[in-house]
Amino acid sequence: MSAQSILKVERLTKTYPTAAGALTVLHEVSFDIPAGGTCAIVGPSGSGKTTLLGLCAGLDQPSTGSVHLDGREIGGLSEDQRALVRNECVGFVFQNFQLIPTLTAQENVLVPLELRGNGADEKEAAELLARVGLGDRLDHYPTQLSGGEQQRVALARAFINRPRILFCDEPTGNLDGDTAHAMVDLIFGLNRERGTTLVLVTHDLELARLTQRILRLRSGHVISDEATGA
Amino acid sequence: MNFILKMAWRDTRASRRRLLLFSLAIVLGVAALVAVGSLRDNLRFAIEEQTKTLLGADLTVTARAKLEGEAEKFVTGLGGEQAREISFNSMLILPDAGGRTRLVQVRAVEPGFPFYGNFDTRPADLRSRLGAGSNVILEESLMVQFGLKPGDRVKLGSAEFIVAGGLLAVPGEAAAVATMAPRVFIPFAAVGDTGLLQAGSLARHRVYVKYAPGFDVEALVRDERARFREFRLGTDTVEERKRELGQSIRNVNAFLSLVGFASLFLGAIGVASAIHAHIRQKVPTVAVLRCLGASARTAFSIYLLQGLGLGVVGAGLGAALGIGVQLALPGLLRDFLPFAFEFSISWAALGQGLGAGLIVSVLFALLPLLEVRRVSPLLTLRSALADTNGRRRDWWQVALLGVIVLLIFAFAVWQTGRWQWGAGFGVALLLGFAILAGLAKAVSWLAKQLNLRALPYAWRQGVANLHRPNNRTLLLLVSLGMGTFLMMTLYLSRDTLLGQLRVVGGNDRPNLMLFDIQDDQVEPLKKLLADNGAPVKQHAAIITMRIASVKGRVVADILKDPKSGIPGWTLRREYRSTYRGEMTDTEKLTGGQFTGRVGPGTEPVPISIEENLARDMQVAVGDEIVFDVQGVPVKTKVGSLRAVDWRRMQPNFFIVFPEGVLEGAPKFHVMALRVADADHSAKVQQAVVREHPNVSAIDLAIIMQTIDSVYSKASFVVEFIALFTVITGAIVLAGAVLIGRSQRVRESVLLRTLGATKAQVNRIMFAEYLALGTLGAAVGAVLAIGANWALAYYVFQVKWVAPSAVVLLGGWAAVSAMTVTTGLLSNRGICDHPPLAVLREET
Repeated sequence: MSAQSILKVERLTKTYPTAAGALTVLHEVSFDIPAGGTCAIVGPSGSGKTTLLGLCAGLDQPSTGSVHLDGREIGGLSEDQRALVRNECVGFVFQNFQLIPTLTAQENVLVPLELRGNGADEKEAAELLARVGLGDRLDHYPTQLSGGEQQRVALARAFINRPRILFCDEPTGNLDGDTAHAMVDLIFGLNRERGTTLVLVTHDLELARLTQRILRLRSGHVISDEATGA
Repeated sequence: MNFILKMAWRDTRASRRRLLLFSLAIVLGVAALVAVGSLRDNLRFAIEEQTKTLLGADLTVTARAKLEGEAEKFVTGLGGEQAREISFNSMLILPDAGGRTRLVQVRAVEPGFPFYGNFDTRPADLRSRLGAGSNVILEESLMVQFGLKPGDRVKLGSAEFIVAGGLLAVPGEAAAVATMAPRVFIPFAAVGDTGLLQAGSLARHRVYVKYAPGFDVEALVRDERARFREFRLGTDTVEERKRELGQSIRNVNAFLSLVGFASLFLGAIGVASAIHAHIRQKVPTVAVLRCLGASARTAFSIYLLQGLGLGVVGAGLGAALGIGVQLALPGLLRDFLPFAFEFSISWAALGQGLGAGLIVSVLFALLPLLEVRRVSPLLTLRSALADTNGRRRDWWQVALLGVIVLLIFAFAVWQTGRWQWGAGFGVALLLGFAILAGLAKAVSWLAKQLNLRALPYAWRQGVANLHRPNNRTLLLLVSLGMGTFLMMTLYLSRDTLLGQLRVVGGNDRPNLMLFDIQDDQVEPLKKLLADNGAPVKQHAAIITMRIASVKGRVVADILKDPKSGIPGWTLRREYRSTYRGEMTDTEKLTGGQFTGRVGPGTEPVPISIEENLARDMQVAVGDEIVFDVQGVPVKTKVGSLRAVDWRRMQPNFFIVFPEGVLEGAPKFHVMALRVADADHSAKVQQAVVREHPNVSAIDLAIIMQTIDSVYSKASFVVEFIALFTVITGAIVLAGAVLIGRSQRVRESVLLRTLGATKAQVNRIMFAEYLALGTLGAAVGAVLAIGANWALAYYVFQVKWVAPSAVVLLGGWAAVSAMTVTTGLLSNRGICDHPPLAVLREET
């Protein structure tokens, strides 16, 4: 792995056992992403994008191959060890927001910090929420927020633990055009401000072109890896 | 830790109603346990007290002969506070009533007796008058019979006494039933003055002993058994008397234990159901937490803490409710109670209820909680990928199941106090669980195989819900089936027990016995009694006799033989035997053949002997016994052996002759009848004495009151606790159905969104709940019948009577209706609101 690389994937394969036999959804995928860079993973449905994201973020274990995240090989770690890695250096934004419905916006944002045992830095959470335009909605529950607002809370939560890398899974997939646009601005704005590496999975080629690099998948294979010049 | 605490609390925000259901199950389960435990302890305490009262001491030592020499030294050496008594039968002479006489039981007692219980007299507190002098306290029925009043004179032998007053109740007089003679208490020192005790007189010498609290009387009796035998001394302790209190009291205790067990198990099912539903809803939250870096332990701890916290709160509330119910009970039910019953808090029961509630809530909650550890963070991306490790066997769950099974057995054994009973209950419950779980699988499979195309859409959907993913068939069938099983078992057991109590302690028992009735008085007396509203319920002829020889050996020889092993009393006593053509309903043939009638001159005469006496006398069917019937030898052989239910208040006999042998022998008759109250009793007695002065009457009211009071308490406790547990079960059942609401909310709302009418949604629910309710209730009812039979046969040891079809069908219909109604009611909120509002609120 090069000195600047934060994510290095080597010959990554993922196979699922099914009733009809083994189903390989990723075939020997390899790439690496330098720290602070931005990368989009694109491809049609069923191409293995989300599986690849999950493996890169330490949400699952590969069948073969390796994933080095922030200098650590996470494939051999236990689930709890990977959880620690995620908490220390990974941020997530999901298509379906994944906020905890019983927590307020501010409480949702604070969860990663509280899990870390650092205590609740409510001021920082409030600042982040203000940064995403929700400074007056701190005590609102997810059900009291619109989809775009929920996604902004999710973004604030993703940045609260100052992650080294942010994984976004179709971050605008559930949002209308204007809201999606605003969301993209926020993601890239915060990414630049905080020097975070960004890896996003999307169908949206327009969004993908905003990243420095596009990785195209089809049937579990990387069919192209191109720089966008962004 | 701070985060875990905070998260556990915050996470309950949207599910507090559901968690309240979980609490409710525990609250009522623990409340039932505390109430049952306290009631059981109260009852035990009451029995303990009454038993001590009935004994009047910690230990009684009885001898047929005067205690002298080594025997006297031995008894004195037993220590404690001792009071002596000599009792014998004699005729009471009434100089102020024209010299009339009456057979009485004379009791000469030392000060000190009774050590426990009240020596009730009218006027009150006459006991001290027996310290010395020439006072006498007569059975009040005797005073009523002869119109005696305090200050009147009576004579016993050559001594004259002054009547101090009437005797109402004496501790230790349960056995008085068999004496058939009114009691007359005189000072111990005065017995010599009567001149009635001559050498060879049949008198019972009894020593009442009181020990300091905590003294192990049982151990003393056990350790000194050989010496008691050596001196031919009989003993009676509180524990022995308690054992003798009868099968019914034991049944009540066992029943209460069963109720406590059922309450806890029902509560546990409620806990497991609620937590299961709760965790299912929390899976996405857990996945997010895992994704954000929470370890499996952290996520698990959050929900364990919720379970633990609610367990603590639920157990605490339950304990408070249990106490509250008990404290409020006498006030609430004052008008309905046939007696004054004061509850006291049993701290032991409280602690046991709290502890058991907490342990059960945590253990049963752990079963679904363990799933939290296996929730994959991948669920945040897509659920299909996250199931891969869900199929692996979780050995922690297996181990936990083992602990729960052990707990069930341990708790059952602890509650019932007998490992066989505990194991029986445990096996019954686990068997019920296994059968219901198997049935649930079968129903799911069958629902999938059925071709229901001909049915309307709503019914197809309802039946299909039984096998679709995330179906609640297993959970609801097990909950409903177990609930029905336990409730109906309780109900049927209650019926079995109360039925037995009604037989043993029913209101139509005889409470007045007349004896010394001559042959020519039988018919006139029957008419007189019928005219006075007290028809004869039982009538027996009594012939006194002694045993002359057994199996060819004369009694004197056997008594001299130290190796015979036959208790002397069985050979020395005067037997009061009867003759009749058939056995009574208090008797059961246990050997040989009962002969009801023999022809003239039959020899040897086939007689029937009470089985315990036969064992003591070492005789079996076919053995010869020669009786001395008032000077006439009668050769007999043991024709049959009988078990006799001595608990029943009616003339029972060790020896029963067939008809055709003793009719000509000198005899007297005994009649048992029922009088309405004390006034009626007095009226009947006075009428009898006026027409037939020689006939004596024994008012069993005092003894009956003691036993009635025990049985009344027992039946009240049985009814109350069964009702309490049935309500608990109903709430848990309702909870089980309500818990399913959240699982059906989303699809109901979607159906509504897609245009389904309220009626269609309700029909789908109706079909599903009808199938689950009727099946669960039917299997529960069948299991309950089996359990009821097993309990009647093995535990209560009473005859099992098949429950009525009305009761079974009624129970089945009630549970089915409750399931359907609760299910539909739980859906009401969804159908009454616009789908969007419900979607935002519920999903």
